[in-house]
Amino acid sequence: MGALVTTASAIGGVGLVCAVALALAARFLGVEEDQRIEEVVDLLPGANCGGCGFAGCADYAKAMVIEGAAINLCAPCGAETLQALSELLGRKAEATEKEVAIVLCGGNATSAPRRSAYNGVADCAAAHAVGGGDKVCQYGCLGYGSCARVCPSGAIELVDGLATVHPDLCIGCGACVRTCPRHLIKMVPATRVVHVLCSSRAKGPVVKKACTVGCIGCSICTKLAEDNAIRMEGPLAVVDYSKQFDHPEIAEKCPGHCIVRHQTPNTEHRASLKEPAGTS
Amino acid sequence: MTEYLLLVVGAVLVNNFVLTRFLGICPFLGVSKKLSTALGMCGAVVFVMTSASAVVWLVEAYLLVPLKIEYMRTIAFILVIASFVQLVDIALKKISPALHGALGIFLPLITTNCAVLGVARLNVQFKYGFGKAVMFGFAASLGFSLALVIFTGLREKIDRADPPKAFQGVAIALVTAGLLSLAFMGFAGLVK
Repeated sequence: MGALVTTASAIGGVGLVCAVALALAARFLGVEEDQRIEEVVDLLPGANCGGCGFAGCADYAKAMVIEGAAINLCAPCGAETLQALSELLGRKAEATEKEVAIVLCGGNATSAPRRSAYNGVADCAAAHAVGGGDKVCQYGCLGYGSCARVCPSGAIELVDGLATVHPDLCIGCGACVRTCPRHLIKMVPATRVVHVLCSSRAKGPVVKKACTVGCIGCSICTKLAEDNAIRMEGPLAVVDYSKQFDHPEIAEKCPGHCIVRHQTPNTEHRASLKEPAGTS
Repeated sequence: MTEYLLLVVGAVLVNNFVLTRFLGICPFLGVSKKLSTALGMCGAVVFVMTSASAVVWLVEAYLLVPLKIEYMRTIAFILVIASFVQLVDIALKKISPALHGALGIFLPLITTNCAVLGVARLNVQFKYGFGKAVMFGFAASLGFSLALVIFTGLREKIDRADPPKAFQGVAIALVTAGLLSLAFMGFAGLVK
């Protein structure tokens, strides 16, 4: 019985001393933290995609509360979250238009041939560094999936050697835009339906040799598109995404077959995405 | 002096905590994806293991042994280490926010990590004195850091490679860890 008491009181005593020490530490060494930081963290999607320019959601929350960073930088956040943030922090912010990534290249394994065998590191930047890539086209998608690997929501799929964004899965963080060594990926408003899927700055005849779905610079589309919604930048037709525009026959009229027109624009906003917590 | 040197070599290379004693496997696999996070974890582990060795030695020598309740060792150690790490966490936040920023997220993760508890128990088992116990804690954490940094480097390379589909991710990481462990077996017998 005596041993039991000794043990219980010793361990209990250690626990008590520790508890008192911790309580005192929390009382005297405690740092006042703004309660709102935690609330803001809970509101944010928790994907830690870094699209806002801060190191993860918690860092951005801190910046919003303490340094007064803009509250509309989070791409995956929907309008509801923005509303909640604005109420919590008492600041107004214009909702930014939902943007999704698009790969401005249509050259898959069949339409854009390769000129050499590449069997190095399976990474686009590495392939691009070796003699300008293994594709005939010097501008097109290399298809080694670097963008797909950085995508936090798994929205990019390699379809027949071509990176393809699923707009309904894209959270708009822009990680792929920063990764693509050929700068083929662009963030565009989700409501746009007409895209020129080519980024080649080469002249028409060169493009024709490299790819069957490349922009040959004929400028027919610029005439069809009112209000300069498509304009020529050198030999390449480029969509001006600041303008909402649609033309029912524009895809068929393109002799280079590089213009696509989606029938159903993706206007639905994706709900916030929670990642499973990391293991310890 | 030679004694201490042998202790360090023994704990870092021969009886590496992760690769030979298989302690602290969860942070070894969990935070070995990026070198920057791995280094942060190493810092936290070195700090916690060294100081926990000291604190726990005091508890053992001045509480458990005099009261003859050595069988309560594990519970007492967990209790003391956990509160000690919490205390350090709170204190760091106040005293050095920069250091807290670097180590902060890792401290709670390794509060009662098996490597931390392991070093405390081994100190008792080997009947080390205070100085030796602290040195052993420090050396063991260095060994952990060495293993973690090597492994992270390997995993960063593997990320860029193209393993067969069935091996991708954790599978190839575990195979790598196994090979690394085999490599460290080469040190067996270096120090008795």
